[in-house]
Amino acid sequence: MTSENSSGIDRRDMLKALAGIPVLGALGIQIFRKASYDDKHNIQEEIVRELGLEDLMDVVKPVTHQKGDLIRIGIVGFGGRGPQLAKALGFLEKSSFEQTVENGSLDAQIRDGNLHVAITGICDVFDLHAENGLATAAHDIHTGGEFASKHPVKRFSHYHEMLADPNIDAVIIATPDHHHAQMTIDAIQAGKHVYCEKSLIHREEEIYASYEAVKNSKLVFQLGHQYPQTAAFQVANEILHRDLLGKISHVETTTNRNSPNGAWIRHVDNEGKTKPGDAQSIDWKQWLGKAPEVPFSIRRYYSWARYFEYDTGLFGQLFSHEFDAVNQLLKMGIPETVYSSGGQYTYKEFGDMPDVLHTTFEYPNKDMTLTYSANLSSSKARGRTLYGRDASMTVGNNLELTPDGSSEQFSDLLERGLVSSGSPMLEMLKGSNTAKTVDAISSATAQYYASRGLTSTSIGGQEWDVTHLHLKEWLEAIRNGGTPTANIEMAYEEGVVIAMADISYREGCRTKWDKEQRRIIRI
Amino acid sequence: MEIRTKDLKWQLGTLVVLRFLIGWHFLYEGLYKLIHPEWSSLGFLASSQWIFSGVAEWFISNTAVLNTVDALNTWGLITIGLGLILGLFTRAASLAGTCLLLLYYLFNPPFIGMELTGPMEGNYLMVNKTLIEAVTLLYIAVTPLSRSLGLDTLRKKYNA
Repeated sequence: MTSENSSGIDRRDMLKALAGIPVLGALGIQIFRKASYDDKHNIQEEIVRELGLEDLMDVVKPVTHQKGDLIRIGIVGFGGRGPQLAKALGFLEKSSFEQTVENGSLDAQIRDGNLHVAITGICDVFDLHAENGLATAAHDIHTGGEFASKHPVKRFSHYHEMLADPNIDAVIIATPDHHHAQMTIDAIQAGKHVYCEKSLIHREEEIYASYEAVKNSKLVFQLGHQYPQTAAFQVANEILHRDLLGKISHVETTTNRNSPNGAWIRHVDNEGKTKPGDAQSIDWKQWLGKAPEVPFSIRRYYSWARYFEYDTGLFGQLFSHEFDAVNQLLKMGIPETVYSSGGQYTYKEFGDMPDVLHTTFEYPNKDMTLTYSANLSSSKARGRTLYGRDASMTVGNNLELTPDGSSEQFSDLLERGLVSSGSPMLEMLKGSNTAKTVDAISSATAQYYASRGLTSTSIGGQEWDVTHLHLKEWLEAIRNGGTPTANIEMAYEEGVVIAMADISYREGCRTKWDKEQRRIIRI
Repeated sequence: MEIRTKDLKWQLGTLVVLRFLIGWHFLYEGLYKLIHPEWSSLGFLASSQWIFSGVAEWFISNTAVLNTVDALNTWGLITIGLGLILGLFTRAASLAGTCLLLLYYLFNPPFIGMELTGPMEGNYLMVNKTLIEAVTLLYIAVTPLSRSLGLDTLRKKYNA
């Protein structure tokens, strides 16, 4: 700047140039005034304050990954669930990985969550699935296959061979349900830690045998119920701990789906073509295991969940998740009696699975009933709800806490109009998009506008695959000791409850739990 | 037609006030988003209709992209708002503001059959306030008189 130029600017020019400054000043003052006003008049914060919940979100545990000794994992069953579990461990077949990167849907756990494991064994009765497993295990996401190449993966044609291999420390079981218990028992006896997909059991006697096996070992067992890893669950747990619901005498769990795939009709693809696989490429005898001998059937192979020879149907597939979620929250354990009823009204072609199913679980000692209502011909979602005298809480990916109009605990807030029984007083929303799943308390408002549910979603954290977190918990327990969430005690209770519900439906009777003898009685 | 000096003064005054008002609007929108880190364009994008709905979907399908879009939007608003109020790079700020407003408009245009649900403060058909504000900013951009108050006058002097 030269002195000539600066001397050319007089006071009048300066005033003209700085005309915007007072406007900026005025805006600054107004923003400051608004901030102080909002501080004093924030209904949402007022509700949170009145309820004493300012620190509610503190219960959500931060996710940290520690480096630890390498754990070598073998996966039994690489059909539907196996690849998802492998991905959660950080292994994804190369072309799928590249596709994921290309469309920008790389999950956070892929970037940040190194679990320090190698998949060193794959066992599947179907060549195609086994080959996919080998390709997946050979490509670790974190180093693009570099790490995996140092830890070669082996295919085993029978899971007994895998269990005998000293290069495997732990196994993940992702086969059809009728194998779960036996494989768990055999794996534990072979000295391997076990992560087993739900349901652990198919028949009653398997509960006791697998419980004994795990209990008598020092190995870590985790059942595949990842839901308690969510932030919503942790907050729900804290809400119950603070007794915001009052006395709970009914918990309602539900399943609503409306598609053939949702009814486990899975032997055809989206275009109606039969999926690959035949008696040559599938070891049918091993697949059947102890189940009754039948000729190879592509329907049974893919849609096994519909057949009671291989599964407990809706109980093992979905109610197990429901029960675990509620039992983790309320620790109510095994009911006294169970009754199931329902029928096949839509999908009558094959298999045994009912598409409308209702089951009641009575807990007279806890003054409580748990119900499960499933409908495979309507997708209107009903959620999982705990009904208390002061408030009801619907908890899944999202959480809604709604006061009861007759609540004593909240009578003051209700009278002041701060909250109403017609809308949640506290809600926690998860981004509805699967790639955007950050849990956070986003609003706690008296007036709730659901018309655009996404608008109040908070973003500011990290997205985590819950299966990844669940596996992580299991691996950490293997390394550092401790008991994972879905441990054998929880699995035992769940096994009994599933067997009670399943027997009730299949045999058309009511079932009762004999606490002394620890067995199920038909009444 | 003869233009009197008095008329010019009123024109100048009104134009500058308009510039301040729109600048205020931009700056506050930007600062609000900055002060409230929980704010995200997610809801706005998720309800996007018409030609940009695909782009919007891509934005929200990826956390990193969405966060970038949010940051660009926030800082864009703040920069444009400051430019308009201070009268610094006024033309560039006005043009950028016009583009941004047109983008908002196109992401959620009030066309027949694309009405947003939820409580609304007015009713719009083809034309809404965003579009009007966009055209107003364009008018400011193409009218040199709007820049006769502000830091740009100093800039011109230095460059002269």
